[in-house]
Amino acid sequence: MQPTSLAFKDNVKRALNDRALQSALALAEGGFQKNRAAAAARLPEFEALRDAAKTLKDHTLAHLDLYLEAFEQKASEAGAVVHWARDDAEARAIILEICRKADAKSVTKSKSMVTEEIGLNEALETAGIQPVETDLGEHIIQLAGQKPSHILAPAFHVTKDKVSDLFAEHHGRPRVEEPEALLGEARAFLREKYFQADVGITGANFLIAETGSIVLVTNEGNAELTQGLPKVHIALTGIEKVVPTLDDAFLLLRLLARSGTGQDFSAYTTLLTGPKRSADRDGPEEFHIVLLDNGRSNMLGTGFQDMLRCIRCGACMNHCPVYLTAGGHAYGWVYPGPMGAVLTPGFIGIEEGQHLPNASTFCGRCEQVCPMRIPLPKMMRHWREDQFQKKLTPPTARYGLAIWGFFAKRPSLYQFGTTIAIAALGLLGRAKGRFRWLPLASGWTGSRDLPAPAGTTFQASWRKQRGRT
Amino acid sequence: MSASGRNDARAAVMARMREALQSGRDGEAKETVRARLAASAPTLVPARADLDPEARIQLFIDQAKAVQADVERIERFADLPETIADYFRRHNLPMRLVKATDDRLDQADWNGGLLEVRAGPPEADDPVGLSAAFAGIAETGTLMLASDTDHPTTLAFLPETAVIAVPSDRIARAYEDALHAFRQAGQPLPRSINLVTGPSRSGDIEQTLQLGAHGPKRLLVVLVDEASGDAPIADIKASAGHQ
Repeated sequence: MQPTSLAFKDNVKRALNDRALQSALALAEGGFQKNRAAAAARLPEFEALRDAAKTLKDHTLAHLDLYLEAFEQKASEAGAVVHWARDDAEARAIILEICRKADAKSVTKSKSMVTEEIGLNEALETAGIQPVETDLGEHIIQLAGQKPSHILAPAFHVTKDKVSDLFAEHHGRPRVEEPEALLGEARAFLREKYFQADVGITGANFLIAETGSIVLVTNEGNAELTQGLPKVHIALTGIEKVVPTLDDAFLLLRLLARSGTGQDFSAYTTLLTGPKRSADRDGPEEFHIVLLDNGRSNMLGTGFQDMLRCIRCGACMNHCPVYLTAGGHAYGWVYPGPMGAVLTPGFIGIEEGQHLPNASTFCGRCEQVCPMRIPLPKMMRHWREDQFQKKLTPPTARYGLAIWGFFAKRPSLYQFGTTIAIAALGLLGRAKGRFRWLPLASGWTGSRDLPAPAGTTFQASWRKQRGRT
Repeated sequence: MSASGRNDARAAVMARMREALQSGRDGEAKETVRARLAASAPTLVPARADLDPEARIQLFIDQAKAVQADVERIERFADLPETIADYFRRHNLPMRLVKATDDRLDQADWNGGLLEVRAGPPEADDPVGLSAAFAGIAETGTLMLASDTDHPTTLAFLPETAVIAVPSDRIARAYEDALHAFRQAGQPLPRSINLVTGPSRSGDIEQTLQLGAHGPKRLLVVLVDEASGDAPIADIKASAGHQ
């Protein structure tokens, strides 16, 4: 997928003026946020599970090579074929080759952000193979020619009216408006696609080293039909998804739905081990598992290793004031919100993704709700430092920081300067209590007033305060 | 891609991981991993379902209903056809079903009543699929289905209505306990283990919950109190604690 992350600021401006998007984003508070809080409150062990999950994943990542080896061996013993891909191009090549061997005309897909990461749909279309997205949200945006704006709810930004328009245009049936009717129509339309497909492509929420199984989680049941009906199943996922045992997978599954949608458990959790057995009457004859690196191993052993704990629940974006103002498309690539602000520069480079770690007020809500306790703000700060060192930060900001740094290292000079500046600003703004314009501060005053300072510095007040106690 | 290209990719990814983790993979790390894989146990199982058998069954029922499943509780497998026919009448469903071949289900006489019954995987237009669960999980009202020759997975996914029978003595406390039964039996896992928690759903249109996205719109769970003949799963408890 071609990133547009460099255009973040323009993307945000567009998003702010998009009323349909703004009304969709406003639903998150009464939906995702409320439901997550309720699910967490229903389970007394929720916080203890988060601690255990962090410990588990840290252990796994510290032994990632060994657990992947164990997974590969068990999966192969069960009859699956395990492939390795260094990058997106290798992953596309592997999948296209499997599709060609199966003489595939069409493939069904269940929602997978990793397939978005490698631009799989475009590659399939170029090769003359029709990709059919089956997740309702993915189906909607495939019809609209768009990309997901949320990792759980890809069509988060699309209004019901727009869905009616899209379905009427593409399904060749009279326009319907009720959500139930829309769902029924999508169900009927996609039903025959499952039976026509030669290959089914899914992601994998977890890989289990103990048994060589993959785990798929959906609410719609589309992954089960996607992998179960065609004669070939391909599961594409990142190397960080492995966990040691069945027990470990269920530890994480207890957190996944609660953190994301606020359900105790998703409607469907499926463990797949190997292809169709000789006596089975359904299931794929071939089962391929493609393990993708694409920048993940570069995060190991660095300050970004913690990010590899991510289980893609979506909680961070559901609670992020920036995401809920700008929407997912503004981030310009596959992964939006706080997790995207950390992952995207890792996957496509800090040059391309430089605006994303800055798209945060560091309010810390993402870290508060992350089931894997990933220190997201800290890692965004790591990227900002990296940017500064690579001189990617704009010159005005760099000079500004350099000047501030000069004074900050000289406390008496700093105090002298700030005392004068604050007193002057306090005096100037005394009449109205605020400024409508200030030199060098148009970024702030362009859209709102700057409150006038009280006239004394924090340090001065602090000294006074302490004298009193 | 050529086979050697594929091996190159594997070797390169492995090498990068090993370098990053600063390990030539000494014996100690290997032993840690081997031991953890060989003796797995749950780290933390919520106390929610630590109940006596009857209370646990009640929790299972409550949790299944909370996620929009319909639940019936009957005494004998022989009563299944009548229970299902009643349900069909109430929901105005055609008297036709396709079912798993299953010793427990087949204790009932499927040819005597009004139902038109066939065994095997469902076709695209079959309105109802009947299957039997390997276990039920009290914690979240979840059914665990195991695939084999006689239990095609599509029975629970393709038709618009799914009926799943589960013996009361197969209601486990937690997911881990039910899966531990496979370890205890020394069996390899079946191709597909499906955990089903309520009917299919989607919130993709304006975050409004709709039932019946691709899987069933309706899920009827039938709990049967008659002894299943299998080892009662309710007694299995995967031993606790790595930590």
